[in-house]
Amino acid sequence: MTPLLKTSGLMVRYGPVEAVRGIDFEIGEGEIVAFLGANGAGKSSTLNALVGLVPVQSGTVEFLGRDITHDPAETLAPAGLTLVPEGRRVFNTLSVAENLRMGAYGIRDKAAVAEAWDRVYDLFPILAERRGQFAGTLSGGQQQMLAIGRAMMSGPKLLLLDEPSLGLAPLIVEQVFELLVRLRGAGVTLGVVEQNVARSLQIADRGYVLSGGRIVGQGSAAELATSEALSGAYLDG
Amino acid sequence: MDFFLQQTVNAVSLGGTYALLALGLAVVFSIMGLINFAHGELMTIAGYVLMYCGLAGLPFVLSIGLAIGAATVAAVLMERIAFRPVRNASGATLLITSFAVSMVLQVLFQNLISVRSQPVLLPPLLSDSVRMFGFVIGVNKLLSIAATVVMLIFLDWFMKRQKTGIAMRAAAEDFAVARLMGIRANSVIAGAFALSGLLAGVAAVLWVSQRASVDPLMGFTPVLKAFIAAILGGLGSLRGAVAGGFLLGFIEIYLAAYLPPEWQEFRDPIGLVLVVIVLLMRPNGLIPAPALKAHKV
Repeated sequence: MTPLLKTSGLMVRYGPVEAVRGIDFEIGEGEIVAFLGANGAGKSSTLNALVGLVPVQSGTVEFLGRDITHDPAETLAPAGLTLVPEGRRVFNTLSVAENLRMGAYGIRDKAAVAEAWDRVYDLFPILAERRGQFAGTLSGGQQQMLAIGRAMMSGPKLLLLDEPSLGLAPLIVEQVFELLVRLRGAGVTLGVVEQNVARSLQIADRGYVLSGGRIVGQGSAAELATSEALSGAYLDG
Repeated sequence: MDFFLQQTVNAVSLGGTYALLALGLAVVFSIMGLINFAHGELMTIAGYVLMYCGLAGLPFVLSIGLAIGAATVAAVLMERIAFRPVRNASGATLLITSFAVSMVLQVLFQNLISVRSQPVLLPPLLSDSVRMFGFVIGVNKLLSIAATVVMLIFLDWFMKRQKTGIAMRAAAEDFAVARLMGIRANSVIAGAFALSGLLAGVAAVLWVSQRASVDPLMGFTPVLKAFIAAILGGLGSLRGAVAGGFLLGFIEIYLAAYLPPEWQEFRDPIGLVLVVIVLLMRPNGLIPAPALKAHKV
């Protein structure tokens, strides 16, 4: 099976700081792939580089067999790749419905957008209920639902999520993980950066362990759960 | 009482023009963090188009359309030529660039048209006045208020109902995430400039129709006032710009009407003192922008 997304030698640099130092990984169609590691390991930088929010210093990113390394961020959602950013970053001053409408901004196909509205309101009845409310007035958990719903509006093939459970109450965290499993069931491939290692390895198929901008371990979720690379990555920071 | 009402009409008329100009500044500032001091030159361009159309004998309604169109096109060109190359530079760089654009245009007007003030032919109807509710109002004041109301309704509809308008609000709040949604930086910024040019064009028509003349520096004073109004309202906040514009209009007109004659020469400084007092009480303006953006393009 050809991977949906594949990187080789991916490097990200902020001025003199090398955040990601040449990593190779792939995400296959229908998988949930977890990216694990301590703060500053380069996980978020990797995701941001994939979607063009930070420039790739060197290396390549291929999506659906096409080189997207230097494609601008605004072209990727219509191509089927999008990111739920860390900290949710919903548009606080827009209503719930306006946030969702923006999620489908780059999609020309009206039928696909109409379907996306139904699918998202179906996944998140609470968003349908609060469609006229400003996103800034939602609770943290609802904002996370909105951020995911907004990303789903573009009908992504690959959905990247950066710390989707960060800062949420335990009950809501559980809902988010259950939701990710449901999304995969609906045919969306997922790449997830998570702090909650144990829980994300329960839902993931495979994972990569990052430390100091390099991949220091990889394997199936079951292998990683017991691997030394994983505990080492957190201890060494 | 009649005098008060009359002055109130004047204040709404002047405040509305300031509000349109302040909105134009705020739309651009909220999206790219640029305070566009060349906004005034967009007004001047619209003013000269009115003048030339008058000389060519075009019907006034057509002249208005051409003048507003010219300001809109000029705003888009300004962005494309001057501001796009420095888009990601610091706020100071953007500000200096806008001063440069402003001065280049002023010098061009002075050398290619005239250093002096030129008369603009206006339909006689504009200088008429009508009796309403027992007092006399100038037709130009009434039309100016009507135009302001129409523009504010249009803008509200555009920003809330139109996909492009919603995208501008989204980009103003978080540009990086807006791009993730597929919102193109170039088109949303060009759209913001077009909107600011449209507003400057309408404001220019209102301004010129009260004065019947245009000169190379025409745009400077109203845009300086609009800048004060935008700060007063909360820089980058669209509602704030409207509120600030009207408040400044009221302050200026009431001071002109009610200050004793021997104080009149201190009218502007007294007005600014009132503005400073408001800002001391509300440092972020009357209706602050929701968030000072951490994320630029």
